[in-house]
Amino acid sequence: MAARTKVSIRINGTAYSHEVEPRLLLVHYLRDVVGLTGTHIGCETSICGACTIMLNGAAVKSCTVLTVQADGGEVLTIEGLAQGEELHPIQEGFWECHGLQCGYCTPGMILSTYQLLLRDSKPSEDEIRHAIDGNLCRCTGYQHIVDAVQYAAKKLRQKAVGNRILDPI
Amino acid sequence: MIPAAFDYLAPATLEEAIRALGTHGEEVKLLAGGHSLLPLMKLRLASPTLLVDLGRIPSLGLISQEGDKILIGALSTHYQIESSKLLKEKCPLLPQTARVIGDVQVRNRGTIGGSLAHADPAADMPAPILALAGELRATGPQGERRLKAEDFFLGLMATALSPTEILTEIRVPLLSGRCGTAYLKAPQKASGFALVGVAVWLKLSASGICEDIGIGVAGLAAKPFRAKGVERRLRGKNLNPSLIEEAASHTAQGVDPMEDIHASGEFRADLARLYAARAIQEAAKRAGV
Repeated sequence: MAARTKVSIRINGTAYSHEVEPRLLLVHYLRDVVGLTGTHIGCETSICGACTIMLNGAAVKSCTVLTVQADGGEVLTIEGLAQGEELHPIQEGFWECHGLQCGYCTPGMILSTYQLLLRDSKPSEDEIRHAIDGNLCRCTGYQHIVDAVQYAAKKLRQKAVGNRILDPI
Repeated sequence: MIPAAFDYLAPATLEEAIRALGTHGEEVKLLAGGHSLLPLMKLRLASPTLLVDLGRIPSLGLISQEGDKILIGALSTHYQIESSKLLKEKCPLLPQTARVIGDVQVRNRGTIGGSLAHADPAADMPAPILALAGELRATGPQGERRLKAEDFFLGLMATALSPTEILTEIRVPLLSGRCGTAYLKAPQKASGFALVGVAVWLKLSASGICEDIGIGVAGLAAKPFRAKGVERRLRGKNLNPSLIEEAASHTAQGVDPMEDIHASGEFRADLARLYAARAIQEAAKRAGV
């Protein structure tokens, strides 16, 4: 077995440090080592987007990133969004607009939405659809997800200070 | 889906990375964004014993201008290219192409150098680099080497890079004057990879004559190529739809089209002719024809 490598990663604001095999995928690290199982494993082939998280301010499919590549980085997962019992505005949007049915794709959808709203506070419907192109949902038909993103964008704009509606992580 | 075990190095400098390549033989692979290599490793189609991660070499991820060229570090992500103000203003063909690669998450990680060095025949990025007659720079134990885009791609997933060289930079021209560019592709519906993708840049004279044109074609053949026969038919001419269509009908001439479950060779050749015509038309329109 290959030599283990020490990694230090901040996840949802908490510092973690572990020795891992270089081949350990980030999604397995989050779920099996750190115990954050909100990030889902879907296709495992970088297609479905269920495993989407934010790494250093960019949405990535954590099934296609090695844990060692994230060493020294900042990670945001679905567990890092709500403030206690208060849902994040994106989560609230999915709740209010029925942006989910089975919920399997939802953590990934929400993190992709986070990425979109980080880059564009007022996306058009076309831009929303382009932005969630890497996330598959087999229940909703997407329309309610688009509605949820629009709800969240509006809500975040109302709360925003200046141009920025989200913090990078 | 878990890759076979491997050792991992993340050098901080290019020199260290080249040394690692030289001393570990055939079983070493370079890791850039990992969006071609890691899927292959998870499927166990690739099982390197050592990965050398280039992601900790910051100088490889910069986009800058030098004279009449734009220098793109090989580790620049598709998103960096898609959103680069410099490229959008001075060489929009690259952002136009980057925007239709994969999806947001893939563009956040996938790199231009990784895509070119992997040389997947269905990858998008080779098409604009060929159309722009880009220059690629690679560094190995003997120093830096300059390669023309046309000489870089040798065949199916094969390039002119030697096993001990690292692709470090891609240089493309600043487009000035009355230029138009377009990248159009027929994507495979599920994967988004190009069944056929055509990149065009063209330059018009003040009187509207096509002074110069470059056309790169991806997806059609085992290696991406420049459609020189089509370019020749348009250079020096006044562009109009029937001339463009006639010229584009030669896109697949002399080319052995790929066949797979997604498209027959005949269909790919048809798509190439159609998308070449549309892309030239679009570029001409953007140049103000």
